Amino acid sequence: MIGGLVFLIVSAVLNVCLGASGLSLSDIWRALISGPGTSAASRILWYARLPRILACVLAGAGLAVSGAVIQKVLANSLASPGIIGVNAGAGLAVSACCAFGIYSAWAIAGASFAGAMLATFLVVTVGRRTHASRTTVVLGGVAVTACLNAITETIVTMVPDAALASIDFRVGGFSSVNQGRLIPAGILIIAGILVVCTLTNELDVLSLGDDTARSLGLNVSAVRNGMLTLAALLAGASVSFAGILGFVGLIVPHIARKIIGSDSGKLIPFCALAGAGFVSLCDLLARMLFAPFELSTGIILSFLGGPFFIWLLRRRKEDN
Amino acid sequence: MVDIRDLHVSYEGEEVLHGIDAHFPKGKISVVIGPNGSGKSTTIKAMMRLIESDSGSVEIGGEPVSGLSQTELARRMAYIPQGRNIPDITVNRMVMHGRFPYLSYPRRYRPEDREMVGKALEWVGLIELSHKKMSQLSGGQRQKVYLAMALAQDTEVILMDEPTTYLDIKNQFELLDRARLLAEEGKTIIMILHDLESVLRYADHVVLMDAGKLTASGPAREVLGSEALKKAFGIELSFIETEDGVHCFVKR
Repeated sequence: MIGGLVFLIVSAVLNVCLGASGLSLSDIWRALISGPGTSAASRILWYARLPRILACVLAGAGLAVSGAVIQKVLANSLASPGIIGVNAGAGLAVSACCAFGIYSAWAIAGASFAGAMLATFLVVTVGRRTHASRTTVVLGGVAVTACLNAITETIVTMVPDAALASIDFRVGGFSSVNQGRLIPAGILIIAGILVVCTLTNELDVLSLGDDTARSLGLNVSAVRNGMLTLAALLAGASVSFAGILGFVGLIVPHIARKIIGSDSGKLIPFCALAGAGFVSLCDLLARMLFAPFELSTGIILSFLGGPFFIWLLRRRKEDN
Repeated sequence: MVDIRDLHVSYEGEEVLHGIDAHFPKGKISVVIGPNGSGKSTTIKAMMRLIESDSGSVEIGGEPVSGLSQTELARRMAYIPQGRNIPDITVNRMVMHGRFPYLSYPRRYRPEDREMVGKALEWVGLIELSHKKMSQLSGGQRQKVYLAMALAQDTEVILMDEPTTYLDIKNQFELLDRARLLAEEGKTIIMILHDLESVLRYADHVVLMDAGKLTASGPAREVLGSEALKKAFGIELSFIETEDGVHCFVKR
């Protein structure tokens, strides 16, 4: 746990210090103590770097915890909000909001959550109806993602304003984080993670299998649906301001499990810290790798996530 | 202790249990036997309300389980399933799950829960392995962990669905010896077994099922020598008495 916290602090400090205008630790300290001011360091810190790092931390923590919950509930290590269509559902909802000229921060956060829920419901229902195996549920998610992305593309083609408003959003990144959107989403993410932290015993009992979980007195369907709703809330809230950041919910829970084990009481808080640190680091890479050009954080994540997913598939095959 | 009355269960519209009546006495090992697909696991699951019954009742100490909440039922009856997940957690954490029915939100463990888990681990002889990961244990040790979890659940009745499957002969006997000790301590043990020699050796009471019906019940020797057993399995058993008890073998 301490390792996760150290990782987050180091990533966040590097993200704050490094950039087109470098800030030394003493600059940061002075600007922090004196509050928002007129000096260049103060303006960079308070109006550019801190909101951005806060967005990275919130999105990273939200998506990583969402991924950990989805993997536990579906008992499938390949599942994540990006892969089973949750992010795509949230993305569709945000594009629809832009198309209808709805830009209220709370409305976008709410619509994003509703879109994420819709995708979750679709994937889970398709899985149940077809008695799908754990791997097939993931394929169902890929199909749902494709359909939702097709609808999103149709919307942004038909409504050019929505396309302009959602360009950053569809790749995922923090270069134009809307601080207004950050507040409601941040409240939802923090509240969601805290609630998940109080339900870690339920998550672990659920992972023993339905029959064992019921025999221990767990209301399996209520807990499963409730946890998926929380996962959708976390992913939807993250997507509402950061856009579609793929693979965070896949990579972080995997590495976290390797480091800290599967006990959800430790895994969930660790995922929150590690996810926040990981996205901060990816955002730093996005800003620094080809400076003065800046990549979207979503592109960096795709570069890392694609090979990781292939490695995961190969490892599962070897394990089987 | 546990009574089943006229229990009917269906899967996808097809009835698979056709009115089961059975009695499982307190402080005894009751063994359910029968061919594959005869409804043994379905009966056990219906007792634990893991599947819904169409009609009939299951009573524990005279109280219908349908009137108990899932948590109340979990405090009275533990269940060790046939297929067991092996999560990547420590033995101690796994056995702690046995205390889940006693925890209220937000499910923080109390000192008495930890004490109960310690006792359960000690009883099955795994206290020294309590910090090992489940994945590092042998099949026999994992089965003991599930037994310890059931003990931590502190119930009057323990249901075991084929507990000796995948275990070598030493571990099979060790598990059944522990089941005997539990019965002597007053717990009602109900298990499904396939090995008829083990049934003869360990069962106080045997229930024979065939094609979704209960076709015989009573003492092991009586049921194993019955016409109903011949009909159910298409075999006949012979019995021999030696200095360490009665044994059975299949007549060809």
